[in-house]
Amino acid sequence: MSDEILVDIDNLQFDYGGKPVLQGVNMRIPKGKVVAIMGGSGCGKTTLLRCIGGQLRPSAGKIDVDGQVINEMSRSQIFAMRRRMGMLFQFGALFTDLSVFENVAFPLREHTRLPEAMIRDLVLMKLQAVGLRGAKDLMPNSLSGGMARRVALARAIALDPSLIMYDEPFTGLDPISLGVIGQLIRRLNDALGATSIMVTHDVQESLLIVDYIYFISGGQVVAEGTPDEIRHSRDPFVHQFVYAEADGPVPFHLKAPPILDDLLQEVGRV
Amino acid sequence: MFNPLAILRSLGSLVVNKIARLGHASRFSLAVLLNSGAILRRYPLTLREIWFSGVLSLIIILVSGLFVGLVLGLQGYEILQRYGSADALGTVVALSLLRELGPVVAGLLFASRAGSAITAEIGLMKTTEQLKAMDMMAVDPVARVVVPRFWGGVISMPLLAAMFSSMGIFGGWFIGVVLIGVDDGSFWAQMQDAVDFRYDVWNGFVKSFVFGVAVALIAVFEGYDADPTAEGVSRAITRTVVTSALAILALDFVLTSFMFRGTP
Repeated sequence: MSDEILVDIDNLQFDYGGKPVLQGVNMRIPKGKVVAIMGGSGCGKTTLLRCIGGQLRPSAGKIDVDGQVINEMSRSQIFAMRRRMGMLFQFGALFTDLSVFENVAFPLREHTRLPEAMIRDLVLMKLQAVGLRGAKDLMPNSLSGGMARRVALARAIALDPSLIMYDEPFTGLDPISLGVIGQLIRRLNDALGATSIMVTHDVQESLLIVDYIYFISGGQVVAEGTPDEIRHSRDPFVHQFVYAEADGPVPFHLKAPPILDDLLQEVGRV
Repeated sequence: MFNPLAILRSLGSLVVNKIARLGHASRFSLAVLLNSGAILRRYPLTLREIWFSGVLSLIIILVSGLFVGLVLGLQGYEILQRYGSADALGTVVALSLLRELGPVVAGLLFASRAGSAITAEIGLMKTTEQLKAMDMMAVDPVARVVVPRFWGGVISMPLLAAMFSSMGIFGGWFIGVVLIGVDDGSFWAQMQDAVDFRYDVWNGFVKSFVFGVAVALIAVFEGYDADPTAEGVSRAITRTVVTSALAILALDFVLTSFMFRGTP
């Protein structure tokens, strides 16, 4: 990992209503790579992504994107920075009142003054890249989950971003759509010369396409490595996660008093 | 279990929450006003919202206006003829519609037809992360989503109230003149004589404008502030309709007491 660093996260902390979510996360994301951030549900992965996008302000620490510190920027500076970022939301978040074509055209219309013919060409090229040029006149509510995700991906790359972020891109997809999205993430990243950060808990799919993986648990990075290192890791947490074991460092039972006490309490009351 | 301290505490937190929400609403309103330049830059969007809030509310407004007018015609005639002044029917119908019923009833209908739709739409956009996605694309959702809907409502409301009053006057005329047989000439002549443009029509217009601002602001705020769940959106819609109705009635009392003091 000696390449040029695009995103540098240093001792990032975030509290939500007094409850700590992230407690000192350190990460380095090199230019041109696809990096996955993994962890159980509710461990703060999405929060981390939204901190990088400047939608949440961390309570301490530093996020440096391409030499600029995100959490010290004004709102207009963040807006300028976001034009170079693309983000794919969990269920696509397509605008339901606009057609597929207009959804992809949205960032172009908002941020450029390109003539209509040029916008049309760009939108068709982006849709072609995700294989959905034929769906350009459909409305989002008539798309399947996988298709909606691909259209959202076309929209996220409309302005040729240098950083693409994915929030749970694989959730709720059938195996074929899942493979398609996985391949697209890899191919688009390399074709655009972009850098991708992917938050997910789909281990098997991620291991196939990413360059590097961070594991988060309890608000901290607990393990990291290339897919090969992760597959052969002896770390009990990583092992539990990769091989989907029900019990391990992440316990099956939520913290509770011993079951005997709970049951006997009932008897005592009668 | 009766615990006075717990009751006091929940009462306190209730008050604090209400005040915090009020502050939140004020800041939101300010943001809407500061971003209002967007209606000129994005006038096609505003036109679209006038279509949704205004044109699509026309049917309910016109039909309700007609029926209110019909009832006014019947009741007005029944009372006036006791005093032998059935000729004043035109005056009664026109004044009650222009000053009160037009703005108030149109406002209540507008809140339940257009206000609830605005809240539902913005609430669902929030639930499906569309607002977050827009923000992430460096487009301010307040300017792109909220401001056109707010101004669409504000512009539509006085026009709808005017339609409502016109339809109501037609309904009163139909009952009084066509069906009962009040003299056509005196119906219109007395109305023309009694209705003052500045005092009655303009004040009614001001009322409907104020109600439009109140309803549109409540609707966009409740949608924007909704909990991003199905239940949260449904509660937000209920709050829009209830709060709008109360706001219209309370504002109507305040405005009436300032506007109509007996000396034209």
